[in-house]
Amino acid sequence: MKAVFALAGLFTIFVLLGILALLVTNGMKAFNHIPFSSFFNSSYWNPAALGEPSYGLWQLLWSSLMVTAGALVIAIPLGIGTAAYLSEVASARIRNVVKPIIEILAGIPSVAIGFIGIVLIGPAIADLFRLNNGFNALNGAILLAFMSLPTIISVSEDAMQAVPKSFREGSYALGGNKWITLTKVVLPASASGIIAACILGFGRAIGETMTVLMVTGNATAMPDSFFDPVRTLTATIAIELGEVPYDSPHYYALFVLGILLFLISLAVNFISEWVASRYRYKVS
Amino acid sequence: MLRFFIVSVVLALVVFESCFSGKTKYEAIRVRGSDSEVNLVQALAENYMDTHELVSVGVTGGGSGAGIAALINNKTDLANSSREISEEELYFAKKRNIDPYEIVFAMDALAVIVHADNPADSITLRDLGRLYSGKMGNWQEISGLNEAVILYGRQSSSGTYIFFREFVVKDEYDTSMIGMSGTAQIVEAIRKDKKGIGYVSSGYLDEKVLQNLKVLKIKANEHSPAYSPLEKTTIISGDYPITRPLLQYTNGRPTGTLLDFIRYQFSPEGAEIIESNGFYPVAPGELMAELKK
Repeated sequence: MKAVFALAGLFTIFVLLGILALLVTNGMKAFNHIPFSSFFNSSYWNPAALGEPSYGLWQLLWSSLMVTAGALVIAIPLGIGTAAYLSEVASARIRNVVKPIIEILAGIPSVAIGFIGIVLIGPAIADLFRLNNGFNALNGAILLAFMSLPTIISVSEDAMQAVPKSFREGSYALGGNKWITLTKVVLPASASGIIAACILGFGRAIGETMTVLMVTGNATAMPDSFFDPVRTLTATIAIELGEVPYDSPHYYALFVLGILLFLISLAVNFISEWVASRYRYKVS
Repeated sequence: MLRFFIVSVVLALVVFESCFSGKTKYEAIRVRGSDSEVNLVQALAENYMDTHELVSVGVTGGGSGAGIAALINNKTDLANSSREISEEELYFAKKRNIDPYEIVFAMDALAVIVHADNPADSITLRDLGRLYSGKMGNWQEISGLNEAVILYGRQSSSGTYIFFREFVVKDEYDTSMIGMSGTAQIVEAIRKDKKGIGYVSSGYLDEKVLQNLKVLKIKANEHSPAYSPLEKTTIISGDYPITRPLLQYTNGRPTGTLLDFIRYQFSPEGAEIIESNGFYPVAPGELMAELKK
């Protein structure tokens, strides 16, 4: 029995290492054809150019980070607020109805959300801000916020539920009301879980492809604001992987973008571990 | 995009169903590529299958680049392409022992569309190129309105993107151009954007689609008359400046059932379908004459 579980665990690690190995071996081949510096000394991505191909990836990276950050600015306050309501305020009956509904949101296919972005959110943004069209970073950020909300709410709520009842009782005994108990006791005690929730939300947002591809306009110009079109790393891989011949510099360059996405997730995970461990220390 | 999904799902079901209908000796042709051609070839395939019950022709889109890549990777029998195969692609094809064989099976005209409220009526090829390369970012010279131009185009996997860049822009596209996933998306965006301009295959434009849109007349140069792609005679006569061949590639000279399907596209029945889809049939040229032997 022990061996079965050990095998299951090892298999996951094997898959992860396999993905990493594939990304790195293919990505490294790009540097046989394209100098390392050309990825970073320009912000213009145009490998299928009429003239000299250009592999600058700053604009793609910036686009991805911008859309993801925008999504989190919307989703984190909304998500933690909803989680706090469900965990601390709502009655068990309401919670049993609302939580499954929120989890259904996670099951909506990303193409369907992208479609809503094109026909509903896009025109609404264009009208509201008097823009020419709704293909911009803001549209992507709003949709990604919706997509990362279920993760953030669900994981934060679980973390708050895991705070021992005695913590709350101690707060009430000292004369704290519900608000003080929530902000001074429950939130700090569940901070590591909430941070984990936000990180998972980040992972959901930065890796999302179809939705951003459909609504962000995919222009290669450096965006000045959230009202400009952007082209994310994921959308670039999705658009171009279908057209490149295997074994070409362009093909391997797309793996470099994949490595970059992988490194971002890895870095964010390390940071979250570090922050979470510091918080845990403070509370105890 | 959605339409292609539906088409492929329906096809998958058809194939699935016929697999169990007890017939033996079943032949399948895989067709992949250009989004501009997918509806046309789909219609041709459906009619072909009506008379050839033992053949299944599965047509999917994805863009010309995707079709040619599939041919190179041996994942399709026939690649639809609205542009010529590139040197680089030929090189990679040779490397993988694939010998692309080119067939011109129809002609297409590209239409340039703007919002119905745009006062502009016609544009020269040169100005069109200047708009799309970002050298002229304002409508002033063309419509008299002092407004920024919002460029709508396709994504780089599209043959229309490549053809328009080579034939009209003759330079890199301006980086502000919005890359749309399909023709329908460009049309939808231009309907709502008074400053917008876009390019689509003229085959896509019928009366229903043209609501709230204006198709610009194109002048080959400043002194030549302006021609509209909506009048078929100007395209057949070659007066309309932005026309392109619709291509198909096979691996080596086609034989057997594949050859039979390609011949069908040149038959009078095929020509009728090509025309009813808004494209222009071509006479089977030398290539096809050679095939008929």
